[in-house]
Amino acid sequence: MRDIFNVGSTTLLVAVVLILTVLAYGLVRSRAMSSVSGDARKLHSLPIYYGYNAAMLTAIPALFVLAIWMLVQPMLIQNAVIDMIPQSAVNEGSSVNLVMSDVRRVANGLDAAVQSGALDAQSARDLDVTGTDVRALLAGTGVALGSDVTPEVLAAAQRYRSMEYTGRWLMIAVISVLALAGLFIAMRTARADFRARNTVERFLLGLLVLAASLAILTTVGIVLSMLFETLNFFRLHPWQDFFLGTTWAPNFRGDSDLSILPLLWGTLYISIIALLVAVPIGLFAAIYLSEYANNKVRSFAKPLLEILAGIPTIVYGLFALLTVGPFLVNIFGRGENGLLGVDWMSGATSVLTAGLVMGIMLIPFVSSLSDDIINAVPQSMRDGSFGLGATHSETIRQVVLPAALPGIVGAVLLAASRAIGETMIVVLGAGAIARISGNPLEAMTTITTRIVSQLTGDTDFASPETLVAFALGLTLFVLTLGLNVLALYIVRKYREQYE
Amino acid sequence: MTDMPNTATPRHSLLKPDARTVKRNRAEARFKSYGIAAIAVGLLMLAILLTTIIGRGVGAFQQTFLTLDVQLLEEKLDKNGNRNLDEIKKVSTFGYAPLMAAALEVKVAETGITTDLKPKDMAGILSKDAAAQLRDFVLDNPELIGTAVEFEFLTNSRVDGYMKGRVTRESIANDKSISAEQLDLVDALVADGALEKRFNIDFITGADASDARPEAAGMGVSMLGSLFMMLVVLALALPIGVAASIYLEEFAPKNLLTDIIEVNISNLAAVPSIVFGILGLAVFINYMHLPNSAPLVGGLVLTLMTLPTIIISTRASLKSVPPSIRDAALGVGASKMQSVFHHVLPLAAPGILTGTIIGLAQALGETAPLLLIGMVGFIASNPPDGIASGLMDPNSAMPAQIYEWAKRADPAFYERAWGGIIILLVFLITMNAIAVMLRRRFERRW
Repeated sequence: MRDIFNVGSTTLLVAVVLILTVLAYGLVRSRAMSSVSGDARKLHSLPIYYGYNAAMLTAIPALFVLAIWMLVQPMLIQNAVIDMIPQSAVNEGSSVNLVMSDVRRVANGLDAAVQSGALDAQSARDLDVTGTDVRALLAGTGVALGSDVTPEVLAAAQRYRSMEYTGRWLMIAVISVLALAGLFIAMRTARADFRARNTVERFLLGLLVLAASLAILTTVGIVLSMLFETLNFFRLHPWQDFFLGTTWAPNFRGDSDLSILPLLWGTLYISIIALLVAVPIGLFAAIYLSEYANNKVRSFAKPLLEILAGIPTIVYGLFALLTVGPFLVNIFGRGENGLLGVDWMSGATSVLTAGLVMGIMLIPFVSSLSDDIINAVPQSMRDGSFGLGATHSETIRQVVLPAALPGIVGAVLLAASRAIGETMIVVLGAGAIARISGNPLEAMTTITTRIVSQLTGDTDFASPETLVAFALGLTLFVLTLGLNVLALYIVRKYREQYE
Repeated sequence: MTDMPNTATPRHSLLKPDARTVKRNRAEARFKSYGIAAIAVGLLMLAILLTTIIGRGVGAFQQTFLTLDVQLLEEKLDKNGNRNLDEIKKVSTFGYAPLMAAALEVKVAETGITTDLKPKDMAGILSKDAAAQLRDFVLDNPELIGTAVEFEFLTNSRVDGYMKGRVTRESIANDKSISAEQLDLVDALVADGALEKRFNIDFITGADASDARPEAAGMGVSMLGSLFMMLVVLALALPIGVAASIYLEEFAPKNLLTDIIEVNISNLAAVPSIVFGILGLAVFINYMHLPNSAPLVGGLVLTLMTLPTIIISTRASLKSVPPSIRDAALGVGASKMQSVFHHVLPLAAPGILTGTIIGLAQALGETAPLLLIGMVGFIASNPPDGIASGLMDPNSAMPAQIYEWAKRADPAFYERAWGGIIILLVFLITMNAIAVMLRRRFERRW
């Protein structure tokens, strides 16, 4: 309830700022025009630029401060309130964060109670645990609490509310003043010699730079978010066990074995099978399409193959679990009833299932990358080879492929990085048992599957069993990034050779 | 030379290839056939994949219904007889179940089917959702209370499976949900024409249902979830992506910072999608306290994921606008910024749009990051009632819904998962077709 109200007041504030902005645009624009008595040629810039400039001055500082305010205020309030919670109020097995979320929930509940009229503003402030059953009261307003409200939590919640309240009014005041000040300053820029266009364009350029740096920000966000939690994880769990142990057995009562090696093995095993499927098929398809096929075949087969790349991975996952898995069981499992009469495979999920399907997914990836690379080999090299009397296939094997080899290696590395980071196929097709074994018909598990299983459902960011997912994620990120950088380096180096 | 008779007979006829040439030609043919085989395997896989999807999924669009005449007894549904909606609402689905059972009994008696089943077991062929359906119908049309209406009830998923051939008499030996006698009754009702398969619009428009009611589950609500996510992606990724591309392509000086940004973007394009999910969980949910499972969060994560795709394609289309356009604009006195926004950008727009649609299609099918931000594991039962609720309330998304169904134990859900894939693929094909059409229609060669 309070959230909606909160959003409501902020929306209102934004609306006010926007109205002021439109006002500034119109006002300053017409003022600039009237300052040259309607002769636009006497202005430095087109009249609209004066309007834009005014709108910018009004809206940008106000909205910027608003955004910062909304980020900072909760933190400040939390810091102020957190001191009110004595260590004793933090029960065994819970943390300050949990108590804080209780405080927040009670505060929300009080707001809801005031809104629905169950309490008036004054009595919400003076509420006391001894006098009333706060839990029942709040339950009446639709806020369910897990336990009874302690006096400390209630006091903290009341303080939280009062600080929120002050903060909100302060925010409304500051933002309105900023917007009005912007408008006022903009009025003074409505002069003929003011270089409105230059200001506006400088600002626009700033926006463009900001958008471009978002890419860096994302990377930094990825690295930092995983790095901090990974460090937390290593504080709770020895790194030797993570990197060098051989058992993966998470146990939510604590004392788990969390080693990456079995997961890494599963990941690599599945990826290798996938590459064994995808590289020969993809490479030969690329060779045929770029060297032999006429235009008609090419324009027909290439887009069809690329459909395979456009199919979402969840489809491949389902295909692995429900079609390829049972098919393999029919061949390798079921004893007497099976095709081979052997009983080597017990369930539909296995390394082979996931690897085969992932291989199918990677075919177009390998083929279109290799296609580009083979096409980049200069025709003169082929002509030279033909001139010496080599057949087409000899030319390809002894001239074109060696020349394209670095690029093809790059393509395979990119495909490998894809395979290592692939999630849905292995979540559905590979199984959940962590083991180091060479049997491709057994279920194994991968890094990505374990990230999913450790982070779905109830997550407690204080337990190593949850935090290990971040360490796994960081390892995955480093692994794929390393492969990509290497692959791009090789491909770029190769391209330069023939340019 | 010419006047000398050629006495030396050649060792080989030129018309008859020697052994080595034969070997080389064979190697040539073999090599070529490898290529053809590779393409054939690729296309075969595609064909198998598509036939599996269609073969297994098409059944989800049909559902078995039983048509019965139900007496909406006034004394059961509206005791006071004043048609007050609030009072009618007090009657729960348990109040409706006997009416259905009675209707079925009447039907069985009418058609002269002989069966040993008790009325309660007869009603077992109906869906657990049937009573709720009838209740919703009555609440929408309270004026019909006291009359008899013809109503189509959903049947149990086993009956539906029997009609579609998924369930056979052999396979139900250990099944508690259905018995052979009930299947006899089904056969008799089919012969009578009351029980039949027909197109089921609820699969496309409806909401997910709980584990025991696969026959009532639909994609509609998760489709809305996907729609809201795509709106977020479009609203954020398009402007940011275009702005970033304009800067990098038109303004950026060649320096270290620009290089870092470029390398960054190409690397981001290859980061596994699940890593974006971790980022979303850590930053948007854990740090910013945005609601779990909200399409807004899903949209933000997918935006970060799609940005590199959009930036790469936008830069390509900006690059394809010839420099003469820029020079001409600068020549008549436009500023650099004006030349870009007034001339280059409009000319590059079709290419940008194409890239954006392809990026959106990619985002639409992405599942892994959604698992981490909680868009699976619950039943998305209510459609959102407004834009704010659509963005902030927990919802699922199409691929997440498919995953959810694939995880459930009942094979009836697998059929729905395949059916969901058909819907998802229809969306993807449409989007890609639009992109191709745009490219064909507006592409300009300079």
